[in-house]
Amino acid sequence: MNDAPLGWQLAGQDATTPGAAPARYARCLAGIIRREALRWTNQRGRFVSALVRPLMWLVVFAAGFHFVLGVSITPPYRTYIPYEVYIAPGLAGMIQLFNGMQSSLSMVYDREMGSMRTLMVSPFPRWFLLTAKLLAGVAVSIVQAYIFFAVAWFWDIHPPWTGYLAVLPALVLSGLMLGALGLVLSSFIRQLENFAGVMNFVIFPMFFTSGALYPLWRMQQASQTLYWLAQANPFTHAVELIRFALYDRFNAVSALAVCGYLAVFMAAAIVGYDPGRGFLARRGGGE
Amino acid sequence: MSGLSYAFGDRRVLQDVGFCVQPGGVSVLLGLNGAGKSTLFALITRLYSARAGRIAVLGHDIERAPLAALARLGVVFQQPTLDLDLTVEQNLHYHAALHGMARRQARHRTEEELGRIGLLDRSRDRVRTLSGGQRRRVELARALIHRPSVLLLDEPTVGLDVESRAFLIGHVRSLCSTHALAVLWATHLIDEASEGTRVIVLHQGRVLSDAPAEPGSLAATFGQLTRRAA
Repeated sequence: MNDAPLGWQLAGQDATTPGAAPARYARCLAGIIRREALRWTNQRGRFVSALVRPLMWLVVFAAGFHFVLGVSITPPYRTYIPYEVYIAPGLAGMIQLFNGMQSSLSMVYDREMGSMRTLMVSPFPRWFLLTAKLLAGVAVSIVQAYIFFAVAWFWDIHPPWTGYLAVLPALVLSGLMLGALGLVLSSFIRQLENFAGVMNFVIFPMFFTSGALYPLWRMQQASQTLYWLAQANPFTHAVELIRFALYDRFNAVSALAVCGYLAVFMAAAIVGYDPGRGFLARRGGGE
Repeated sequence: MSGLSYAFGDRRVLQDVGFCVQPGGVSVLLGLNGAGKSTLFALITRLYSARAGRIAVLGHDIERAPLAALARLGVVFQQPTLDLDLTVEQNLHYHAALHGMARRQARHRTEEELGRIGLLDRSRDRVRTLSGGQRRRVELARALIHRPSVLLLDEPTVGLDVESRAFLIGHVRSLCSTHALAVLWATHLIDEASEGTRVIVLHQGRVLSDAPAEPGSLAATFGQLTRRAA
C-alpha cells in the first residue's frame, strides 16, 4: 500500500492487470461456470427438486385439469390443445424462475458465508463478475429446462423438433432476465432469513399472475386488472417468448419486453453491488 | 494509505487513518473488537468505497485503478470463505480462474502451494472434511496462488488451536522473508506481535501508535494507549 511503485517482485510473479488479455476474461468466466456446475451436481437435492417441481405440476395439476380445461386455438398453437401442452412452456419458465431466485439465494448465502467476498475481490470488473455469475446460473437452468422437455416428451408433449432448437435463444434471454432479477433481489436482501419473503412476494405472485397457467384472454374475461397485471409481469413475457419459440414462432413484443426488463434489472444489480452505493455500504461493519 | 475516513450513517468507524506497509515484513494491525480493522480491510479490498482518503497498492490507486490494485492483493478474510462442498483443489482452481490464470498454471501453483502447507495429500478431499486449522491453511494457500505482492490477513488465527496458530504465524513470517511479501496482519491478540515486529494500534477508528514492538511492554503500552484514548 505504498504511494509509489516498489521495485521488488516474487519469483515468477504474474499478478498483472487482467484488462489486457481477453483470454483471462474467458478463463474467469469458465471458472465461475465450472463452480456453479460443480455446486449443482454436488447438491443432489437441489438437482432433483428442480426437476421434480415442474413434473409434479405437469403430472398432477395438468392431469387434473385435463378433462376440465382445453385451450382453444390461439397462437402459437394451430389446433385445439390439451391443458398439459399449454402449461409445458410455463413450467420451463418456472424452472428458470426458481433457478434465478435460487441463484439469488445462493448469493445471499455466499455473502453470509463470506464466499461472495472472494468473488468481489477478484481483479476483474464487477459488472463482468456479476454477468459471469448470471451466465453460470442461466447455463444450469437451460440444462434443467431441456431435461424437463425430454421427460415431458413422454407425457405427449411433442413440439416440432426444430422448436427444441429455436427455444434455446428464448431460454437464454428469459434465463438472463430472471437471473438478473434474482441478482437485484440478492443485493437488497440483508439476511438469509428474509428469503422466505421472496417466495411469498416475488415467486408466487409472478407465477400466478402470468400466462403460465392460464391463457391471457381467459384472464381478461375474469378480470381486466389481473390482465394488465399479467401484461406488466416480466414472467408473462418470458413464458410467451418460450412458448412461441418452442412452436417455431417469434413473439416480438415479448422479446422486446424481456430485453427491456433485462436491461433494467442488470443496471439495478450493478448499482446494488457497487461498493459505494450498494448493499455493502448499507450493511454496517463486519467486526 | 492516507487520510482514510469512513462512516456507517452517523457512526464514524475510521478517522484519518494512514500508514504504509513495507515489503519483506509483517505489520501487525492491533485493535480490540470493533476498532475498525475489518472495515479497513473492506476498504483496501474495495468491498466498500472510501469517501475520504486514498489507498494505493504498489502505486495503483484502489479507486482509480482497482483492477491493477486488486490483482496484487492476496486476502484471508476473518470469515471462512471456502466452498465446503468443493474439494480443496477445486476451491484453489476457482480462485485461480478469478485471477484469469490458465488451467495448467493453476494446477501447478495449486500443487506448489498445497505442498508448502503440507496438505497436498488432501487436495481431492472436500473442504468439509478438513479441520479448522487445515481450512485456514488452505485459505492462505488460496490467497497466494496468484502470487500477490501484498498479503492481508484479517484475524486469521481466531478459533485455531495452539499448533495451527504457530504454524500459520511461522509460515507467514517465512513467506515474508523468502518472497519479500508485504503483510498486514490484523489481530486483537497481543501475543501475535513478536519482539521487533511493527505494530499499528487501531482504536475506535484512529491509529494511536505505529512502532516496533518492544520486549515485554506491548501489553502495557496497548493498555495505556487505549485507556488514554477512551
